[in-house]
Amino acid sequence: MADIAKTSPRMLKGLAPRPMPSGNPYLPQTARVLDVIRETATIKTLRVVLEGEDAMQRFHFEPGQVAQLSVFGVGEATFVINSPPSQKDYLQFSIMEVGEVTRALHRLTAGELIGVRAPLGNFFPYADWLGKNIVLIGGGIGMAPVRTIMLHLLERASDYGQISLLYGARTPKDMSYQYELADWLKHKDLACCLCVDKADSDWPHKVGMVPEVLKELAPSPQNSLAVLCGPPIMIKYTVETLLNLGFAEENIVTTLERRMKCGIGICGRCNVGSRYVCTDGPVFTCREVRAFL
Amino acid sequence: MSSDRFLAHTAIGDFLEGLVQTGYTVYCPQKEPGVRQSVIFAPWQKGLPISLEKATVAPKHLVLPQSEVLFRYSKHKESAEPAKQSLTLDANEIFTPTLLFASRPCDARGFAILDRPFLQGLFRDPYYARRREALCVVSLTCPSGCATCFCHWTGAGPSSPEGSDILMTEIAEGFVLQGITDKGKELLLASKLPEAGEKSQEATKARKAAWQSLSPVQDLSTAPQKLAEIFADQAFWSQATQACLACGACTYLCPTCYCFNITDESLDGENEQGVRLRSWDTCMAKQFTEEASGHNPRPDKAQRMRNRISHKFSSYPENWGSFSCSGCGRCVTHCPVGLDIREIVLKAIHAKTAQQNEKETS
Repeated sequence: MADIAKTSPRMLKGLAPRPMPSGNPYLPQTARVLDVIRETATIKTLRVVLEGEDAMQRFHFEPGQVAQLSVFGVGEATFVINSPPSQKDYLQFSIMEVGEVTRALHRLTAGELIGVRAPLGNFFPYADWLGKNIVLIGGGIGMAPVRTIMLHLLERASDYGQISLLYGARTPKDMSYQYELADWLKHKDLACCLCVDKADSDWPHKVGMVPEVLKELAPSPQNSLAVLCGPPIMIKYTVETLLNLGFAEENIVTTLERRMKCGIGICGRCNVGSRYVCTDGPVFTCREVRAFL
Repeated sequence: MSSDRFLAHTAIGDFLEGLVQTGYTVYCPQKEPGVRQSVIFAPWQKGLPISLEKATVAPKHLVLPQSEVLFRYSKHKESAEPAKQSLTLDANEIFTPTLLFASRPCDARGFAILDRPFLQGLFRDPYYARRREALCVVSLTCPSGCATCFCHWTGAGPSSPEGSDILMTEIAEGFVLQGITDKGKELLLASKLPEAGEKSQEATKARKAAWQSLSPVQDLSTAPQKLAEIFADQAFWSQATQACLACGACTYLCPTCYCFNITDESLDGENEQGVRLRSWDTCMAKQFTEEASGHNPRPDKAQRMRNRISHKFSSYPENWGSFSCSGCGRCVTHCPVGLDIREIVLKAIHAKTAQQNEKETS
């Protein structure tokens, strides 16, 4: 926001000739539901396959990019693609039932058709993180974007320092990806810590809110970078903890969620100042968006 | 050869009729039937009287309709088994040549301002692009300013060419039409209108006189920086927004506001056939940014007003160079509680920042 007034605000920037891209950014691809996985009482995971010959092979995205999913007749909503880019058999989305579109997505069964506009938005700049220790922090449904970057990093773990994960949920029953947690806990390249706010008697892992547990784990800020996704309140306090631990604002990476409609930087819903979450985000450093957290 | 042409007052009907015959749908300002003092841009037909007044509503619906079909969807269920069902999506691709006659330079500048986000962003909006390409804009230069308009504060003026294909200026017996873009020049050269000849000088004089009639210009060049500085000043924005009813009239009348919504509408009641629509929306409404969880990044009208003003005078300039306001003054004229965007921007420019306040008290 700082260097706004450097150019004259009076003159419109010139219109550069630009070829019309062949695609219509409002027109979804169709995709068929392959699988529906019940994660928690409110979260389901959909695995979908893009329709058309080679459509999955031709589809490329980077970890952190999002999709607008359509249930025709109900509408669209935005979700991160939480399978890693190497997964070419399907695209995976985890969806918490909150509003109309998510309710309709929860009702889908295998074989049904949905619309997908993707990939949209920016992504985790993992190529800039080579050699660094990566502290991944996911809270609740915020584990979805963390999952895609985590799996992507683990595929190339030798390029990075220590990769660690702190995944927190309200209760053990609110943890998604339970069928994968055992693998994550014993993964040779991952230091995995699970926590819940409220435990039941046979919970073997940490108990406490994510910021508290993080304080206890006290990861070193040296040559390290933190990636955190979760509900706004968790982000707020976890950022504070990371700053207290000595992480610089530019080494804290988070994703912002806003209501979106067009997904292509026009409709005016998701902007924070002059930046649009749908095209400039959803991935931002804490330095870029601290004022808006 | 100059493409300047002369259009006599008495020849307007024939000129427009000729355009209709070449395939244009012609929109011009007309008194809205049954609505007192309202002038709207509506399709013209032979015999309809036209008004040369500034329209109540900006003509942005010609490039961004109040509601438009993006595509139709139809599900085909040959079998009860979901895996055997299919779906077709048909995008709307019908766009007819349209000529906008006697809009004002502030209306046309509105198109130029909309062109940036719709045509020059990361994605090009194909619906906007096709409508814009099919549109020819003939703007009537203003003979003078009015009490609520302020185009000259925003970097434009009563005869600014941005967004217009043809500028027309009224002189004694009619209008001088001057081609601005190739599209405009070609239209004039192909018309049967007589060359303007020496009348062009008369038009130049009229334009100069219009500039001289304007109220003194206010310098808004520091607005982007100042608005960024007072972004977090909740007290400033609460105070500036107190009277606002959040009715959104300012955004609907504005030639440069372009917030929109996308919704699905079933055509058969069962969601087998339906359309996806894009419709005007307003950033002044609470629901605009409200998320399904109930979380709202702009929960108060102060934050929504801050977004609207900052978009026009700070963040749009940061992204696209100019203010996203052409100074038409419609929001000032028609605000039911008399809020004046000029006052808010000027107050912001002269507001003390938190830093300055701190210095003074310490």
